[in-house]
Amino acid sequence: MEQNEDIRLMKGNEAMAEAAIQAGMDAYFGYPITPQSEVLEYLTREMPSRNFLALQAESEVASINMVYGAAGAGARVMTSSSSPGWSLMQEGVSYIASAQLPCLLVNVNRGGPGLGTIQPSQGDYFQATKGGGHGDYRLIVLAPNSVQEMADFVFLGFELADKYRNPVLMLSDGAIGQMMERVIFRNREIKKIAKPWATTGKTKDRERNIITSLFIQPEKMEKVNLELMKKYEEIEKNEKRYEEIFTDDADYIIVAYGLSARISHKVVLLAREKGIKVGLLRPITLWPYPSEVLNKLADKAKGMFVVELNAGQMIEDVRLAVNGKVRVEHYGRMGGIIPSPEEVEEHFEKFIKTL
Amino acid sequence: MENKEILTPQCIVEGDDTYDLVYDKSHIMTETRLHYCPGCGHSTAHKILAEVIQEMGIQDNVVGVAPVGCSVFAYDYLHIDWQEAAHGRATAVATGIKRCLPDRYVFTYQGDGDLAAIGTGETIHCVNRGENIVIIFINNGVYGMTSGQMAPTSLAGMKTTTSPYGRDVHTMGYPIKVSELIAPLPGAFYVTRQAVHTPNAVRKAKKAIENGFKYQKLGKGTSFIEIISNCPSNWKMTPVQTNEFIETDMIKYYPLGDVKVPSKEDLKELK
Repeated sequence: MEQNEDIRLMKGNEAMAEAAIQAGMDAYFGYPITPQSEVLEYLTREMPSRNFLALQAESEVASINMVYGAAGAGARVMTSSSSPGWSLMQEGVSYIASAQLPCLLVNVNRGGPGLGTIQPSQGDYFQATKGGGHGDYRLIVLAPNSVQEMADFVFLGFELADKYRNPVLMLSDGAIGQMMERVIFRNREIKKIAKPWATTGKTKDRERNIITSLFIQPEKMEKVNLELMKKYEEIEKNEKRYEEIFTDDADYIIVAYGLSARISHKVVLLAREKGIKVGLLRPITLWPYPSEVLNKLADKAKGMFVVELNAGQMIEDVRLAVNGKVRVEHYGRMGGIIPSPEEVEEHFEKFIKTL
Repeated sequence: MENKEILTPQCIVEGDDTYDLVYDKSHIMTETRLHYCPGCGHSTAHKILAEVIQEMGIQDNVVGVAPVGCSVFAYDYLHIDWQEAAHGRATAVATGIKRCLPDRYVFTYQGDGDLAAIGTGETIHCVNRGENIVIIFINNGVYGMTSGQMAPTSLAGMKTTTSPYGRDVHTMGYPIKVSELIAPLPGAFYVTRQAVHTPNAVRKAKKAIENGFKYQKLGKGTSFIEIISNCPSNWKMTPVQTNEFIETDMIKYYPLGDVKVPSKEDLKELK
């Protein structure tokens, strides 16, 4: 063990909360919802001895608007929720994206639609990556597949949010949030950048700062839209993240993120034992989406198999990425059911036989 | 008046003549032309708010939160830092600001649709937490910006575009008295209802706003200042008639005066 390493056994939700404190979070606003209530519990427990604020709001609607206020005041701020609560936040998220306020948002995805179930799901992929709220905006979406990444992506998320003045969403799920694993906290240097645009009181040396998402003249609104598009282009250029496992010699590619990627990793190992050359491409950023690498892999692969805990959402992005080069099919379970690697492997083999 | 020269705040010299300055526009007001209809009480409410900020010398230290409604552009008119909130969420936004900047003065400026309909939950819980902010609540009994729909505060029988035969309280609910609703909450430190329809009312309303900002320093809870206002365009009256209507109808249902005042003990620390 290195001297600056701190190894713990923690739930994903707790690791995320601990990471937020270590990342110099100033404020957290949240509302209880399964399967992520540990975040608020952990933070309110730690608050008296460590320097940050955790406040239980009366709703997710209030939480996200408190995040708006705090982010606009220059604070490093965060909220977390799960699917129904995340839906409630969408209006506020749209305002935050428009006003370009840096903050970290977390959705520990559970099964839906509606009140659904409290078990893990990836049914919120569309909502996370295609909008969620109204208007033309993008969130940077990080998809952890382990307790370690739930912690690591908090640091990364705050940094990216500040760098681009953009909300960052960590899209986890009920399994990664609830499971206990080894997690390592390293001593990190916390970088906080100046926020001269924040509403901290109009001192004499500057003009007044206004945080708003209202641009009622179409010419001004379009200017803001174009500014946002330019920023999103920059993010697409710089921030695509993914992991490749056994893709070098692969005849087939499984594409999966988060919990599905853990299952699919095992599927790859099972298939390779049988002599099937299959690799895994795990998108880490769901937006910006790692399309180019998929397109390149499609030159060599005979087919792609998308594994998701939903009815088939990310598959649309995979098909767009490969642009008809290879056949792309989907396997998923819903309702909070987690398929075994053997079950997925069986369906994968059926798929490759049709190619 | 090229040779107009301000010697002191109280004295103007123009050529050979010297005048006492008896009235000047607050420098907290920007040069932006107000978009409010002629005779609307928002302009007066903005003016006294600006005067309080100027007189207390807190311009450097104050953050306002604008609502959605007629006063959505409030941030264009006062020369301070502002945030524009989503509809009804001003008190949640203000909570986020105040909790991160506890030494700043934070206030919201909200209309009746914003605060008492879509934002009721945020309003009650903000006050219940005793957030140390000032809430300025403009009650004119109508949705102004969307052009005259029924508000939660529209009087019984009031004709609006969505209660064209008059507000029937049995099917559309009763006009809600927010000040009386929140005053019993322990987090409410100061709750008052004022108006801006006469010079005397304006003076009292200004004093109430000033109290609210002063009390914020004590950190003992929320100051809630309701201001009964008018809406000539949507009440379909002249400005003078609206002022009469405030006197004859609005105030009868929404009586003016303090609803909850701090005790002497509470104000001990205030110099």
